[in-house]
Amino acid sequence: MNNTLNTDDRLHPHGDDFYELLMTAHEGLDFDQSAALNARLVLLLANEVGDFDTLAAAIKRASKS
Amino acid sequence: MHYQNREYSFETPPELKGETPGKYPVAIVGAGPIGMAMAIDLALQGIRTVILDDNNVVSVGSRAICWAKRTLEIFDRLGIGDKMLEKGVTWKVGRLFNGQQEVYNFDLLPDDAHKMPAFVNLQQYYVEEYLVDRIADFPDLIDLRWLSKVAGEDIADDEITLHVETAEGNYDLAADYVLACDGCNSQIRQRMGLNFDGQTFEEHFLITDVDMPEAPFESDEPERWFWFKPPFHTGQSALLHKQPDNIYRIDLQLEQGADPAEEAKPERVIPRLKQIVGDRAFEIDWVSVYSFTCAMLDKFVHGRMIFVGDSAHVVSPFGARGGNGGIQDVDNLGWKLAAVLKGEAAPELLESYDEERRHGARENIMNSSRATNFMTPKSKMEAVFRDAVLNLANDLPFARRLVNSGRLSVPCALEGFALQSPRNTTRGLAPGTPCPDAPLENGWLLNKLGGEFMLLTVGRRAKMTAPGGVKVLHFEDHPGVTAHYGDDMIYLIRPDQHIAAAFEAGTGAESLKFALARAIGKSTLETTS
Ligand SMILES: Cc1cc2nc3c(=O)[nH]c(=O)nc-3n(C[C@H](O)[C@H](O)[C@H](O)COP(=O)(O)OP(=O)(O)OC[C@H]3O[C@@H](n4cnc5c(N)ncnc54)[C@H](O)[C@@H]3O)c2cc1C
Repeated sequence: MNNTLNTDDRLHPHGDDFYELLMTAHEGLDFDQSAALNARLVLLLANEVGDFDTLAAAIKRASKS
Repeated sequence: MHYQNREYSFETPPELKGETPGKYPVAIVGAGPIGMAMAIDLALQGIRTVILDDNNVVSVGSRAICWAKRTLEIFDRLGIGDKMLEKGVTWKVGRLFNGQQEVYNFDLLPDDAHKMPAFVNLQQYYVEEYLVDRIADFPDLIDLRWLSKVAGEDIADDEITLHVETAEGNYDLAADYVLACDGCNSQIRQRMGLNFDGQTFEEHFLITDVDMPEAPFESDEPERWFWFKPPFHTGQSALLHKQPDNIYRIDLQLEQGADPAEEAKPERVIPRLKQIVGDRAFEIDWVSVYSFTCAMLDKFVHGRMIFVGDSAHVVSPFGARGGNGGIQDVDNLGWKLAAVLKGEAAPELLESYDEERRHGARENIMNSSRATNFMTPKSKMEAVFRDAVLNLANDLPFARRLVNSGRLSVPCALEGFALQSPRNTTRGLAPGTPCPDAPLENGWLLNKLGGEFMLLTVGRRAKMTAPGGVKVLHFEDHPGVTAHYGDDMIYLIRPDQHIAAAFEAGTGAESLKFALARAIGKSTLETTS
């Protein structure tokens, strides 16, 4: 396991708020448009995280399915 | 064990015996859990009611089975809490599956600091039966009339007249206030032409109660199992949990486009159930197909006609917020209506019921819509996200928090609404909070609060006499109480066990008088003049 990725719940108490906001953003989009939205979102969040090691750990964890 | 509905008989009311009983303070339409709880709450305040119900049995089918902590606390105040606790099933272990695979499980540890558990499972027919029995304790205050259908109403400024139809004839009955507790298809709401729009979910759910002597779980402890993409049918989700008498509730979400009538046939239901419970012997007790809507009225109070429970708001059952939300309506309205009828408060106090409970209903609708949306993805991308959450939830705590198979009903906070005084200390509990329970030497804190306004003083420095004859409950060196309420704090508690105002010890009687006036709906200007 890598130590740089924080997988504890950090959204609480806004987890459900966030999820709803995300689903609403996708409403009415076709699958390709949705995928593009996700890509933009990942890039924005990556810049927000900033730390390269954390990003590398996140990519690694997400790649494992 | 199959439940046998008791049948209640029609009794000729005074109106059909040529008597003239005059105007009733309150008439309640509907003897569901909400109408009956309403009558008991008002009786505890000394208010006489008549309840009219078009039926003569308690709930057919188990319907609501999850009763949350706050509901149990309210029912305890109404006098049936212990019976519910004794009969109800309290589950501890929950398991969540994705397909065949268990994603995670959790253990709900009982909280020894509270009399009531997070919730119990108990069939709605038992709850209604307990309410009918409790009503018998108030023969002079509650007149419960079965097989009496309310077919129309004349709404005037000073009273409402109900037109009642019975097998023995029809009669009119006038009341100062009418409580429409006539359920989700409220005819009163329809006759008044009130808007009741909302989100309807297309999916149908097959709700089954099975009678099964041998538990499907590994141990004797009751558990709750929830599946996303269950392996035993093609729908998106399934739920299994235990009720008393070895009855198990199984909810199956049906595929979109499934024919509900076809799906409810035993030859379709039984093979699916076998895949869940294996070779254990079972019998089907009740099968029903539902689709769900989330909707609410724009206003609950329409002059002398007040909507309470499902007639005012409906939610999907995920998170069990229907009945639980309705019982909180009762808790909120009972003391206010009583105060108005006794002349202790102006009718405007009822507006605070409208404000506070519409807030509660909005919160319930939001939570149950979110759960339903999570369980029934509307697009390919929604399904992708849902599956990603479930995938990560295998071992990542943050993702478990995002899995939404229903958020259990919790009472909403009422801070910021008209009756509550603004916060003037950062210590202790905020105004608008429902009082948390605490163990006492001989019983429980919540059994000592409620029914009337009270002052709860915690800590030596908080000791004081209350203005206006308000009863004081004082605690010193009491770790159980202090743990929740803080030390040297003064609380004004509403009759529904919510905090109306919170002060630091040493606050003068004048501030308390002010808070009290505010809490019964008297404007602050009035009290100073
Ligand atoms: C499958 C299912 C599962 C559920 N699970 C849960 C759960 O786990 N937890 C939970 O909290 N809630 C649950 N609910 C919701 C819960 O059952 C309702 O919220 C609850 O019954 C509402 O109570 P009520 O008294 O407002 O209405 P009702 O129980 O519908 O009672 C209305 C009464 O009014 C009477 N009536 C109607 N019209 C007239 C008339 N014109 N004249 C006279 N009488 C009339 C009816 O006969 C009835 O007795 C569930 C519901 C369903 C369907």
